[in-house]
Amino acid sequence: MSELPGDLKYTDEHEWLRIEEDGTVVVGITEHAQEALGDLVYVELPEIDQILTSGDGLAVVESVKAASDVYAPLDAKVTDVNEALTDAPELVNSDPYGEGWIARIEPEDRSVLDELMDADAYQAFLEKLES
Amino acid sequence: MTQTLIFEASRAGRFAEAQAPLDSIDMLLQDSEIPQAQRRSDKTVLPEVSELQVVRHYTQLSQKNFSIDTHFYPLGSCTMKYNPRACNSLAMLPGFLNRHPLGPESHGQGFLKTMFELQEMLKSVTGMQGVSLTPMAGAQGELTGVAMIRAYHRARGDLARNEILVPDAAHGTNPATATMCGCKVVELPTDNQGDVDIAALKAAVGPNTAGIMLTNPSTLGVFERRIEEIAEIVHGAGGLLYYDGANLNAILGKVRPGDMGFDVIHMNLHKTFSTPHGGGGPGSGAVGVGKRLLPYMPIPVVGESEDGYRWLDEQDLPDSIGRLSGFMGNAGVLLRAYIYMRMLGDDGMRRVGEFATLNANYLMARLRDAGFELAFPERRASHEFIITLRRSAKEHHITAMDIAKALLDEGFHAPTTYFPLLVPECLLIEPTETEGKEMLDLFVDAMIRLAEKTVNDADAIHAAPITMPVRRLDDVKAARELDIAWRAGD
Amino acid sequence: MPFIPHTENDIREMLDAVGASSIDELFDEIPESLRIQNLDGVPAPINEMQVTRLMHERAAEDAGALSFIGAGAYEHHIPAAVWQVTTRGEFYSAYTPYQAEASQGTLQVIYEYQSMIASLTGMEVSNASLYDGASAVAEAALMAVRANRKSKSRRIVFVGGVNRTYQKVAEAIAGTQGLLFDELPFSTETGLADLDALTSMDEPPVAVVISQPNFFGCIDDVDALTDAAHALGALVIAVVNPTALALLKPPGQWGSKGADIVCGEGQPLGVPLSSGGPYFGFMTTRQSLVRQLPGRIVGRTLDVDGKPGFTLTLQAREQHIRRSKATSNICTNQGLMVTAATIYLALLGEQGLARVAANSHRNTVSLLAAVDALPGVKRAFATPIFHEAVLQLDRPVAPVLAAMADHGVIGGLDLSDDYPELGHALLVCATETKTEEDLQRYVDTMKSALTADSSLRDVS
Repeated sequence: MSELPGDLKYTDEHEWLRIEEDGTVVVGITEHAQEALGDLVYVELPEIDQILTSGDGLAVVESVKAASDVYAPLDAKVTDVNEALTDAPELVNSDPYGEGWIARIEPEDRSVLDELMDADAYQAFLEKLES
Repeated sequence: MTQTLIFEASRAGRFAEAQAPLDSIDMLLQDSEIPQAQRRSDKTVLPEVSELQVVRHYTQLSQKNFSIDTHFYPLGSCTMKYNPRACNSLAMLPGFLNRHPLGPESHGQGFLKTMFELQEMLKSVTGMQGVSLTPMAGAQGELTGVAMIRAYHRARGDLARNEILVPDAAHGTNPATATMCGCKVVELPTDNQGDVDIAALKAAVGPNTAGIMLTNPSTLGVFERRIEEIAEIVHGAGGLLYYDGANLNAILGKVRPGDMGFDVIHMNLHKTFSTPHGGGGPGSGAVGVGKRLLPYMPIPVVGESEDGYRWLDEQDLPDSIGRLSGFMGNAGVLLRAYIYMRMLGDDGMRRVGEFATLNANYLMARLRDAGFELAFPERRASHEFIITLRRSAKEHHITAMDIAKALLDEGFHAPTTYFPLLVPECLLIEPTETEGKEMLDLFVDAMIRLAEKTVNDADAIHAAPITMPVRRLDDVKAARELDIAWRAGD
Repeated sequence: MPFIPHTENDIREMLDAVGASSIDELFDEIPESLRIQNLDGVPAPINEMQVTRLMHERAAEDAGALSFIGAGAYEHHIPAAVWQVTTRGEFYSAYTPYQAEASQGTLQVIYEYQSMIASLTGMEVSNASLYDGASAVAEAALMAVRANRKSKSRRIVFVGGVNRTYQKVAEAIAGTQGLLFDELPFSTETGLADLDALTSMDEPPVAVVISQPNFFGCIDDVDALTDAAHALGALVIAVVNPTALALLKPPGQWGSKGADIVCGEGQPLGVPLSSGGPYFGFMTTRQSLVRQLPGRIVGRTLDVDGKPGFTLTLQAREQHIRRSKATSNICTNQGLMVTAATIYLALLGEQGLARVAANSHRNTVSLLAAVDALPGVKRAFATPIFHEAVLQLDRPVAPVLAAMADHGVIGGLDLSDDYPELGHALLVCATETKTEEDLQRYVDTMKSALTADSSLRDVS
């Protein structure tokens, strides 16, 4: 398995979060998640300015064999979405931590982010799943 | 040769003249009151072809299908049994075909009597108190059933009951239906013998429980042995029991859902009662109800009176959950089921369950002896059973999908693959009672050949199918570059 | 044994292989207390010859009347080839095309169907069909709620004159999910939808259902209705008769933006009346809403050798994958009906379908002119119609229809219970199947029914 980026936070739903300097958070799905889904054929993006409560559906990623919700990891407002995925959902497969980002959100309370896993903890989480 | 689309055969000015009315359009519309602003001015893609071209095109297309009439079709959970020809030809008698659904009951007594008798026979084989024939497919039968459960609780002022329990092995339609009815789905785990986990069930039921949706025998191909206990637990908690009739063929004439404690059931007439699957419909999902749900049955239902048979509607059943179709449901399918049931009679009904079970257990024993891994080796098969190819997937990278495709080249339709989701790399195999021992033996021979190829010539299996009109299709391309309608100029 | 091929010898060998002494032993996991011994209520078996006799007798009881009822299901001539080809075993006894390579026939038929119905309705994409027209309206309502994310409403509004049964069915199917359904008034003068009632709505609905022709057969100003609905921020659900689309403007061209979802009863396209089913519902929409479309969809793609082929696509929306989050619980289409409709449309072509539509129109207009001349009978609305219209009598309808039925003519559908505001009204339809003699017989039969029954005439 490829190296997990060290500067990201991870959830047990296999999402990653990158905390930006301006206080916003970029969300995507992990390498593990894209591999499990297979070739993505569609990403349903949220609306900009949509207000989400933790656990709400943020996006839906769809392959030919599965459709999976991407959940809002915390209470937040959507400030930007990756429009490129509309025409090229495969970006999530080819570059899940970069070009395949899904949405940018503005969290209500940033302290919740501290409770999420870092790369080492997520790596351990994945290894536990494998066993 | 690649078959062209009918549109590509179109030539301007060609016309199947004999099939159309005589008078030409211009003459007819000359003084028509239809306003110009509402008239059509653009062309459609409808082809300009001859009758022979049409007949040949669609006959050739039919020949690109596997079907029960041409191939053994052991598709688990679908009950692909022989569809007797008489059922088709008799359901298509002009008296039935030409009758308008809103025609007077005085001109429909033959049909209504037949439907009434069908309701009575279905009550008898399921042990229920009332039957409504109107749901047009299994999934609509499910929707009807859950809607009736909901109506029952509401009528009693029991408004908190909005949770439907569904085993994790259930058909996808079960949770989808519960959601469509505005209910919350609570998933129940299955134990390692394929039965519902009773401890989990006890923990899950409560004052919010509307009911449970069960298939018995379950989708795992085994009979739910503690069904009476389950009924007691759910009823004890104030919930009702819904029976998904997907696997009714396994127990027809041997055990009845009504006797097991179910309050409502749907039957797939296109499975158990041998109406055709038609390339994916029409089906029919008649529902049966116990006493508690009788007032809520969907309308119309056929009733009997001194003056003959008539439709019961809103006036007769004011608490009905309502109408599910524009008229009365899939009448033609119901006629076929009736004819089938009359030819089988009481004795024949019983033999359906018996021989479906014998065939499944025989096929299971033969495949086990040939080295295939059974999902539930300790259990009897119902009318179907599961083998898992997880070993060959791991050791030889031959998956259930690969074997399914290779079976097509062997001349067999593939069993159901990757369902139920609980068993990895599974094939769900349902031979049905209408296949003879010779056919089952040929299937076993083919499976043995494929098991040998898995070890010796895996590439050949990966390449399959090679004898079909097309080889494996690019599903990702189909979904990403959506082409779902031909347009002129394509 | 009917339809079971096993010999005694087979049974013995099979039981030996299983290791069971009897078939009954195979049921030993089922609690003894549950097993039944007989099926009272199912008669003894009869053979094919006997059941043939029985069904001929039953069918004969219902045969022979000349029917002038439409009201959502229409008698049209169905070319012989349609059902001869459709009931070939390879179509009739196949299942949903899960194994695409072994189902290219069914898949290509559905692709051609989707192409034809999309074109006929003037829309970009179609599904593989739904159960019937009424349930398609219910599914369209649910789809509109998913698709119109900007609307806060869960209210679906039917403009006046849409078939009321469709609203009832939509309520039964979609009402449990919190959707609300309202009907706006229609004009009892014209039979058309009341446009002002739509434009003056206080709370904008999520979708507006507009039909063409409407339940009364009237041709409405769908352009104005569509634009008014869009001005409210609602989506437009068009309910149309597919035969009429050969002559009438397709919903994709209604108003300035076109309808958003189109659905209707597919029965007129080669499916027999058959007491109400099986029929099929069609549904088409814009490309941008394709992922909200319920039901099966077939797509064209390539195989590993680059050869074109067909497969089910966008399946991740469906119940077998998405389970409780699926767009619908539907898992089949009406495959066989769609096969018949595709062959019907291919045989007739654009010109043939237009002739069916125009002949039906002409026959109904001729019938109206003839009965309008009878004392005590008048056309209810002076509005252009397609192939169906409302008549008003000067006395209760039921006895007149009963008297006509006694003479083998089913004179129409009595509307007086469902539409008391229309008085003694009935809905009549004469499709292309009716000859001049048939129309004359209708007029004569109605005339004698009225003469025989003049005592009931309303003197007001």
